[in-house]
Amino acid sequence: MSETELNLTLSKSTGLPRKRFYRARAHSNPLSDSHFPVPTSPSHVDYSLHYPHYFPSSGQINSSKKIQFADIGCGFGGLLISLSTLFPETLMIGMELRDKVTEYVKERILALRLANPGQYQNISVVRTNSMKYIPNYFEKGQLLKMFFLFPDPHFKEKNHRRRVISPHLLDEYAYVLGVGGIIYTITDVEELGEWMRACLENHPMFEALTEKELEADPVVKLLSSATEEGQKVARNGGLTFQAVYRRTTPS
Amino acid sequence: MEDTTTIEEGETNKDIEVAPALIAVHPTQKSVAVAVGSDLRIFDIEAGCAASLVDDLGGPFHRDSIRAIQYGAEGKLFVSAGDDKIVKMWSTKSWRCICTVCSEKRVTAVAISNDGLYVCFADKFGVVWVVDLVGFEGNQTLVNKKATQLLSHYCSIITSLEFSPDGQFIVSADRDNKIRVTIFPKSPLDGAHEIQSFCLGHTEFISCLAFVCARECLQSFLVSGSGDSTVRLWDISSGDLLDNCEVGIKAGLLESNGSTEQHDHAVTDICTIQDGVLLAVAIQSLQGIVLMSCNLSARTLSVAKVVSIAKETFIPTSLGTSPSSRLLWMVTGVSNLPGFDYLSFARVRVISGFDVEQEPAIIEDNKIPGGDTLLENLQGSAIIDEKIFLAAAEAVKTAMCNLLIKKQYPAEKREFRKKTRNDRKVKF
Ligand SMILES: C[S@@+](CC[C@H](N)C(=O)[O-])C[C@H]1O[C@@H](n2cnc3c(N)ncnc32)[C@H](O)[C@@H]1O
Repeated sequence: MSETELNLTLSKSTGLPRKRFYRARAHSNPLSDSHFPVPTSPSHVDYSLHYPHYFPSSGQINSSKKIQFADIGCGFGGLLISLSTLFPETLMIGMELRDKVTEYVKERILALRLANPGQYQNISVVRTNSMKYIPNYFEKGQLLKMFFLFPDPHFKEKNHRRRVISPHLLDEYAYVLGVGGIIYTITDVEELGEWMRACLENHPMFEALTEKELEADPVVKLLSSATEEGQKVARNGGLTFQAVYRRTTPS
Repeated sequence: MEDTTTIEEGETNKDIEVAPALIAVHPTQKSVAVAVGSDLRIFDIEAGCAASLVDDLGGPFHRDSIRAIQYGAEGKLFVSAGDDKIVKMWSTKSWRCICTVCSEKRVTAVAISNDGLYVCFADKFGVVWVVDLVGFEGNQTLVNKKATQLLSHYCSIITSLEFSPDGQFIVSADRDNKIRVTIFPKSPLDGAHEIQSFCLGHTEFISCLAFVCARECLQSFLVSGSGDSTVRLWDISSGDLLDNCEVGIKAGLLESNGSTEQHDHAVTDICTIQDGVLLAVAIQSLQGIVLMSCNLSARTLSVAKVVSIAKETFIPTSLGTSPSSRLLWMVTGVSNLPGFDYLSFARVRVISGFDVEQEPAIIEDNKIPGGDTLLENLQGSAIIDEKIFLAAAEAVKTAMCNLLIKKQYPAEKREFRKKTRNDRKVKF
């Protein structure tokens, strides 16, 4: 993206991209066929495109540095931005299905990089359907953390299989998470909160973090405060339901 | 909606209903099975006559196109399943249907665990189901058996399902270019949650899977065929791609500059011969088969030769062999052919001579085990008009493309679809 293009959509007062240029549909159907490019395999992910600071030239995949955090359904990217400075040496990616929202996050990150030289080089975003293409992005055991913050609830019984946490999808998440890796989930929809907790609880490769561990983890505090959706819920005084689980070795 | 083909919408195109004829051979070549449309035909080679299938539920056994047939490794069990959402398990001794299981969706692939205790089947929505036959003695009929979910490819059509030769893994391949290797658990009814690897590299749908393992070699390797006109060799424990053979180009079907439509030469079936030193490969539009050799110590695949079928238009839709015989069985045919009166036509041919000294060659009809009687039974009619073969192969090709190849809308059209959407505005 050229600089002039970028400037056009940045707000004069804040230097951040203006949301009204990024109107998007409320929901995409995750079951549909896609038209965005999908990397053939994790080794085909072009890190130089996402993290030019760490990977100055493309095609050079010798670095052992890999993406370790994934924010699934990242929306407008608030969590990534908070995590970026908290874990400045960790590469993270947001996965988002809506193209306009993805474009917004891209420009938001570029603007932050411009305004804060040397910072925000470790975060990026990709437009994809996480429910279909997680194995195309991450190798076995590559991830340390996965985030599912305020996912779409899909209330109807027949749409439960569109939920981004499900018993079968947890098999894939268990595959890309290393042993000890953590899944963070939060929602303001009680029914969905119960569903996510039950899916994790019943899965043979996940165990709940203890109260103590939750308190000690600085990331837990961000779940309800760092994202746009979380802030909206907080403004309206809504309740939230979180489930945080660790990847274990199957017995 | 911007995105186009939702499999949820269901397929209404009539072309999609055309199903290729299938063939399977008993592990010791006691019998050969052919499925054409909803017709299941078994020829008992030992007895020299057609096997008569018995089903307590009465006939017809299947009410819509059969999409998968499979003998168990021990040869006691046979499974048939397809578009009627019915999975039938047969005793190969009595040819009695010992168990009928209903599926929620159309069935696209089946696999039987090597010990014969579990039957797995995959549906059009990417779910693999398992039915246990633990404690089954071989002569009773199992009623009220239900399938439970084993694993799932999120909303993709599963095209092939195989157990690894050591029984440790179940391998599932899909329309989204993905092969998943999952540990087959001790209690499969609780689900198979531990993924060993994904084999990623194909750039089109996967159509078929097969295992190769040399006799002295304890390790086995996976081969896969795809709509991208390649056959690939994989290490399933790591998911590593060991070799990639552009069989469409090597067999002289495709220009290496890609001037021919790639989809015309999708690999449709792979069959291992002689423990996998040799592979027989069926390719769309190819009249015959490609023989590939697999060098397991060098971990390479190469085209050994193309066996053409002279004097007859014969593009195999399915291949079968038994470990004990050195024969490759082939069938071509379709469930129903638009514009032709023939119903459920099929043609069976056999290739022999895979031993080192010989040249593989097509066997004359009367030299096939079972001879003319077998052909009459499996083909459904004696002589078939030449023209039909080509039309059949074309129909199968169209159907496969419609089902498995993603429709790419030109960019302008996509833009237009976006612009005419009325659900674009949201509050932030
Ligand atoms: C309610 S929003 C929450 C966004 C963000 N996590 C937050 O807390 O503000 C859910 C997001 O998930 C995205 N999404 C839904 N299904 C998805 C999928 N299959 N793959 C990637 N993103 C998805 C939606 O487009 C939407 O932006």
